[in-house]
Amino acid sequence: MSADTVARTNGKTAAKPEKPSKVGAAATWADDRLGLAGLAKKNLRKVFPDHWSFMLGEIALWSFVVLLLTGVFLTLWYRPSMAEVVYDGSYSPLRGLEMSEAYMSALHISFDIRGGLLMRQVHHWAAMIFIASMFVHMMRVYFTGAFRKPRELNWVIGCLLLILGTLEGFTGYSLPDDLLSGTGIRAADGFMKSIPVIGTYASFFLFGGEFPGDSIIPRLYTVHVLLIPGVLLALIAAHMLLLVYHKHTQWPGPGRTEGNVVGFPMLPVYAAKAGGFFFIVFGVLTLMGGIISINPVWAYGPYNPAEVTAGSQPDWYMGWPDGALRIMPGIESHFFGLTLSWNVLLPIIVLPGVMFTILLMLPFIESWITQDKRDHHLLQRPRNAPTRTATMVALMTFIGLLWAAGGNDIIAIKMNLSINQITYFIRAAVFIGPVIAFIITRRWCISLQRHDNEKLLHGYESGIIMRDAQGGYSERHLPLPLERAYTLTARDRDDIFVPQLTTDDNGVSSPTARKDKLRGRLSQLWYGDNVQAPTRAELDEAHHHAELEHAHEVAMSGHAADGHQFDGRAESVSDNQLSSR
Amino acid sequence: MTAKGELERVENDLFDDPGLPAHEPRPTDVDDHLEKRAERQVALMFALSAVCTVLFCVSYFVFEIGDNPTELLGFGASNLTMGLFLGLALTLIGVGTIQWARKLMADTEIVEYRHAASSSEEDKVETLAALRQGTEESGIARRPLIRNSLLGSVLLLGAPAVIMLRDLGPLPGDKLYTTVWKRGMRVVQDVSGTPIRPQDMEVGQLVNGEPAVFFEEDAEGEPIYHGIELQQEKAKAAVVIVRMQPDDIKPWPGRENWGVDGILCYSKICTHVGCPISLWEQQTHHLLCPCHQSTFDLADNGKVIFGPAARHLPQLPLAVDDEGYLVATRDFTEAVGPSFWERNNDEPGDE
Repeated sequence: MSADTVARTNGKTAAKPEKPSKVGAAATWADDRLGLAGLAKKNLRKVFPDHWSFMLGEIALWSFVVLLLTGVFLTLWYRPSMAEVVYDGSYSPLRGLEMSEAYMSALHISFDIRGGLLMRQVHHWAAMIFIASMFVHMMRVYFTGAFRKPRELNWVIGCLLLILGTLEGFTGYSLPDDLLSGTGIRAADGFMKSIPVIGTYASFFLFGGEFPGDSIIPRLYTVHVLLIPGVLLALIAAHMLLLVYHKHTQWPGPGRTEGNVVGFPMLPVYAAKAGGFFFIVFGVLTLMGGIISINPVWAYGPYNPAEVTAGSQPDWYMGWPDGALRIMPGIESHFFGLTLSWNVLLPIIVLPGVMFTILLMLPFIESWITQDKRDHHLLQRPRNAPTRTATMVALMTFIGLLWAAGGNDIIAIKMNLSINQITYFIRAAVFIGPVIAFIITRRWCISLQRHDNEKLLHGYESGIIMRDAQGGYSERHLPLPLERAYTLTARDRDDIFVPQLTTDDNGVSSPTARKDKLRGRLSQLWYGDNVQAPTRAELDEAHHHAELEHAHEVAMSGHAADGHQFDGRAESVSDNQLSSR
Repeated sequence: MTAKGELERVENDLFDDPGLPAHEPRPTDVDDHLEKRAERQVALMFALSAVCTVLFCVSYFVFEIGDNPTELLGFGASNLTMGLFLGLALTLIGVGTIQWARKLMADTEIVEYRHAASSSEEDKVETLAALRQGTEESGIARRPLIRNSLLGSVLLLGAPAVIMLRDLGPLPGDKLYTTVWKRGMRVVQDVSGTPIRPQDMEVGQLVNGEPAVFFEEDAEGEPIYHGIELQQEKAKAAVVIVRMQPDDIKPWPGRENWGVDGILCYSKICTHVGCPISLWEQQTHHLLCPCHQSTFDLADNGKVIFGPAARHLPQLPLAVDDEGYLVATRDFTEAVGPSFWERNNDEPGDE
């Protein structure tokens, strides 16, 4: 296929020079000053490939825009102040109670500003979906190998977006200063105090004295509306620029190679689809804000350090560190008159840091093991990278179990189980579960690879049952269409790393011998059990065998059905012969 | 087909690339009737969106909120209708636009070639040369005195950035070790502020308590503690008072006289991360923290029997004053609340 055969458009009228128009004049005016035509020429018809999974990151992007819009609306009334006031607003159950100005303004937005509750709820739902879609988008990128060279740095930016989004969520849901969010801040104070040496000072500095003080809400507010959103915005811009520069990855298929990108142009198709999708994301979030209640702060009451409600839980994305905190055994070390609280430090400070580092390093660990330094623009099916897929599933299992542990009290109540037994179970399961998940996923992927090869070599199951002369039954397999066979085989053969000789001719051992040996072992684990696409010889052998079998059947019966009567690709057998059976 | 950059090809030695499939026209490409129908659908969705936007504006003004909110099907009418109409207005624009793109806009896939992400060799060479020339002209390599003094002075600018944060908060001092409890201070109910007599409490009962000073006023009739100060002291001084069968209680040595007729008083602040604890299991004398499920045995000196907490709940020694009300005999003997690095842990009993 050459570029000449590619239609630039299927529009029905030919392009012709335009008459002078007002729009044209404005464009000229702008270009005389900005010189953007050169840039626009390349990008207006930029090609984006089509696949449903490429939409996940878009959900995150548009949720962020919704967060900015609704967030600005909320700042018009929200007051980041912890001054004690007496409530006299519309919500009668709380009238006459002392509360912080922040909480009163949250109630004011909810009950006395038209559309205030709606915007609060849309903002909160958008935050939940923002982080959820980032998670799912990240898994899509990992499972399909889209993080490989040259996109590793965009993976790193994505990880930073994920952790910053989580922090942004935490600072956001702390702002109403209701009983639930205050309890969250109380716990955060405990987390900080567990940090060795500087913990107590960090707490006193952050809170401007003893917990709760009068500084934490205004400080979190600055972080929430200025600091983190600013960094998020800059990182999102970098993420998008790199996406445009690298061009989007695509699935392999006929005409889709490492060297091209096939899809629809930005203008008009993707401008319409992506722009339309913004309205759908905004619309669905608004419907959720109108119909589904979220974080009803008035039901919790103002923060009081001596009160708490049962079933206190953070927002969902904070659930897994909270779960780790719940299942951690109570271990504390005392020495030289000092205290080291492992029970808090490990699950809530160390573990998230370790998990984030692992996430960040995944592309680099893989490329170190595989030594694959090529650019990759074609995606891989998860089954074709069994160890990688299994690694992510193991991580998901680990996080998922901790997340379940974060709701151990709710699980105990709803399912009538013992909270102690749930906790003991998850303590063991977080170690055993990921291993089991890893093994099952890896073997599952390898089975699917075998299945693909089966289809390539022996054809697909046609559903046609043949009866032979002896009375035996067998199912007729038919060869895959060429497009399908091409797509299935458009993948690299895995290249297991073999360490070179460890000593040179003079008997001096290689300085990288140990590293190479480790890499060789890991590479063997990474690729060793994978099923490679069949070779030319295997394919020819299988096809030859099928032809022989077919010929044999034809010889025996004279007019055997070869199955092609039913898949619309009949070649040798006419309808006439078929009906005569 | 070869790409311009040096991009490696996926090896496929089995099948030749059949090339892009031929473009199949959509029904709307070939049937004028269907094309017109799709056009009408899109326009109809945009029109419906406009209707919803108008209804949103009407809802904004029609439905009451505040003291007398209008209700609709048990929901607040204002929030429900505004959310529904704005949500529909937005969604319809989105669905209409995508319908337009799918049914009517050109749907031929086009091809763009990729290039390696790296710069060309000439560019790299030229950039390095420019960099080298610039560095040489600055003389930064030849003049270490300038380089090092600049580096040193810029690095030192980090110091103002750090010390400027000093006034974020005071130093901890001994604030975490002391509370407002002191000898003779009455233990009162946390909501009403009424003092408690031992005979008011039944066996198995739990009362949330606070120091009486939170309800007292100074000479000018102002509360002694209020606002932030009250919150800070409450975060350390909140207690629970429980009455158990005296026979069930197994006090540590030295704590035998810390209770009154089986009435004991413990800090309400969890030693894990500081949530107030108040889920009381009457039969087992266990107190469970609702945040992370640490469980403490109040009959056994507040020892941890389950969950992530590592230390027992601090106990407040009780006595009865002249008028027969429960009072503290002193402040807590140890710091309450979550552990911290400097906390000196001389355990009064076996942990």
